[in-house]
Amino acid sequence: MRKIVLALAGSILLIGAAVIFTVTARQGSSSAEPPVEQLTLAPGQLLFRSNDTGRVTAVPLADPGGARRSSGMKCDRFAVARQTAVCLAARPGVLPPVTDIMVLDANLAVRHQEALPGTPSRARVSPDGKLVQWTLFVTGDSYAATGFSTRAGLYEVETERLVKTIEELPVFLDGNRYFASDVNYWGITFAPDGNRFYATLGSRGRTYLVEADYARYQGKAIRENVECPSLSPDGTRIAFKKKVGDGVWRLSVLDLATQQETALAETLSVDDQALWQDDRTVLYRLDNDIWAVQADGTSSPRLLARDASSPAVTS
Amino acid sequence: MYIAANHAPDPPTATDRGPGLSRVSANVVALGMVSLVTDVSSEMVTAVLPLYLVLGLGLNPLQFGLLDGLYAGATAILRMLGGHLADRWRRLKAVAGVGYGLSAVCKLGLLAAGSSVAAIGVVLAADRTGKGLRTGPRDALISLSSEPALLGRSFGVHRTLDTVGAFLGPLAAMAVLALSLGSYPSVFFASFCVASVAVLLLALFVRDRRGAVERAEVSVRAAVNLLRHGDFRRVALWAAVLGLATVGDSFVYLALQRRWDVAATYFPLLPLGTAGVYLPLAVPVGRLADRIGRWPVFLAGHAALGAALLLLCGPVSWAGFAVLALGLHGVFYAATDGVLMAAAGPLVPAGLRATGLAVVQTGQAVARMLSSVLFGLSWTLLGLRPAMLVAAGALTVVVLVAAFSRQVRT
Repeated sequence: MRKIVLALAGSILLIGAAVIFTVTARQGSSSAEPPVEQLTLAPGQLLFRSNDTGRVTAVPLADPGGARRSSGMKCDRFAVARQTAVCLAARPGVLPPVTDIMVLDANLAVRHQEALPGTPSRARVSPDGKLVQWTLFVTGDSYAATGFSTRAGLYEVETERLVKTIEELPVFLDGNRYFASDVNYWGITFAPDGNRFYATLGSRGRTYLVEADYARYQGKAIRENVECPSLSPDGTRIAFKKKVGDGVWRLSVLDLATQQETALAETLSVDDQALWQDDRTVLYRLDNDIWAVQADGTSSPRLLARDASSPAVTS
Repeated sequence: MYIAANHAPDPPTATDRGPGLSRVSANVVALGMVSLVTDVSSEMVTAVLPLYLVLGLGLNPLQFGLLDGLYAGATAILRMLGGHLADRWRRLKAVAGVGYGLSAVCKLGLLAAGSSVAAIGVVLAADRTGKGLRTGPRDALISLSSEPALLGRSFGVHRTLDTVGAFLGPLAAMAVLALSLGSYPSVFFASFCVASVAVLLLALFVRDRRGAVERAEVSVRAAVNLLRHGDFRRVALWAAVLGLATVGDSFVYLALQRRWDVAATYFPLLPLGTAGVYLPLAVPVGRLADRIGRWPVFLAGHAALGAALLLLCGPVSWAGFAVLALGLHGVFYAATDGVLMAAAGPLVPAGLRATGLAVVQTGQAVARMLSSVLFGLSWTLLGLRPAMLVAAGALTVVVLVAAFSRQVRT
């Protein structure tokens, strides 16, 4: 009898502690929300995800330290081109994880929505604004029971065609068609023509940069160890993360014509798909902040916005 | 032949009700409850960890998956150590308790680790250490607390309770996330509290079997000597060989998904199908094993897996076969997981029970790890269906050879 009383008392105490902790966390998270403002994709803005609130936030590109305006849109990943934006948001409290992929118009209103399994990783819009692309992390997909895999897909805004995963893309490696059961793609980036695109293919412990033709739906591996590619606005260079050790990546730029690689001045490990602000500057997330660095390897990185991620530039 | 009946099993208590629980010792039910509560706690964390790492911390999970594989190997070794120490000190409950306690504290460690990848790695490794340490002594306690004739039923009851916990864990995590508006630290803290309840239950209601155990010589040599005993060696060996011929869960689910084009959203629900069959069958199959022999049931379980594999790669793609294959996968678990422990238990002297069971489990775990690598390889080389066919063939051959080789008396 004494034991049962002890067990009951102890359990009530412990579960009570858990409930108090949980409810306190709830109150802490709902305080000090900035007011919601109507944002647009008007040129000259730097948009990003505020890491405090999770909401898409805007500052003038010329004055990134200036007043922040916050939209009501909560996203984990965000990207913009022309009059199209994409927002990836993990559904809160849903297991297994599901991500809402929202295609937004110039007023950040949802014009199309898809729900796909996985956790948001990367988001992009093609320079012509006609295609949105994403990468999601998916658990339990690979045969290594505990492994993660990635699934990259895209959506044609005008024709409403959805490609849930580009895994089936026929790929050639050294002239031969590549077959493997463990093909993963991540980090799609499109050229201004809306047809040529690049992505990282991971398989059998290696990563390749794949250059593909969307209309012919076929690609070829052109280089190894180029992850999360991001094509420059002029379509000649690719900013990417180059693996230099386990879990360590160096932000670099590849010149497609000369195949010359340039390590950028950021010496810390960067795990992000970089964004070209213009043909000279790339933006990226490091820890909790957005930084900018010259694309030619010169000058040191400068802090653009604190407590922010997923930089997007309107033009 | 070792007979381990030189102890008094707990008498059935008034709280035991129903066909499964009747005649099962109160100690086994207590251990089952401890496992249930612990599984709620650990599955809470397992369910949210990928989300937490990728979204909360912005880590690259591919690299985390790599680390995770390494720990699996370390757990196998620690399992043997846990079993050995428990026998040597004759303190099964204490060693199991340390294992449960360590895993509980690790949930707080996740809070303390913050965003440091290295610290999270260390905490997860410690968590696995706890799991490795406790498994052998816990199964030894179950087997020492049961009448030898009812071992299958006892393990069935324990595994049923364990699986209920695994079902409830993700639901508990969702509840905490909903209540805290998506706060991961809340999930970790709640998981710690739940794990502490399990340690409390263990401390209060699980009785050690110290007095029941004759003083056996416990040394590494004694553990090795176990393998000289014919029946035990056969069980350990065949468990490993069968483990080598089985196909890992994720492969089974992946094959099922490819064959029947299961929508990716439902893919993570496939394990629930297996558990849904395992759960109600664990006790009846355990009782059947007590009646007709544990070894035949253990082999029949592998035959069920072989049949499931054949359905997965066979010529008919009728949707009902997908359900049937999943059901057979559940039968495989019901007929092998607890039943193997019930079969091996009586073959080990009571004083070496934890060591002996840990040896069997480790052999099986290592073999299954190897089989995953081999299957992955043959899949890449041959393609999924031929690889499945080869695996089903290999499993059939091994089961037949095991069935017609010298009988294991259990």
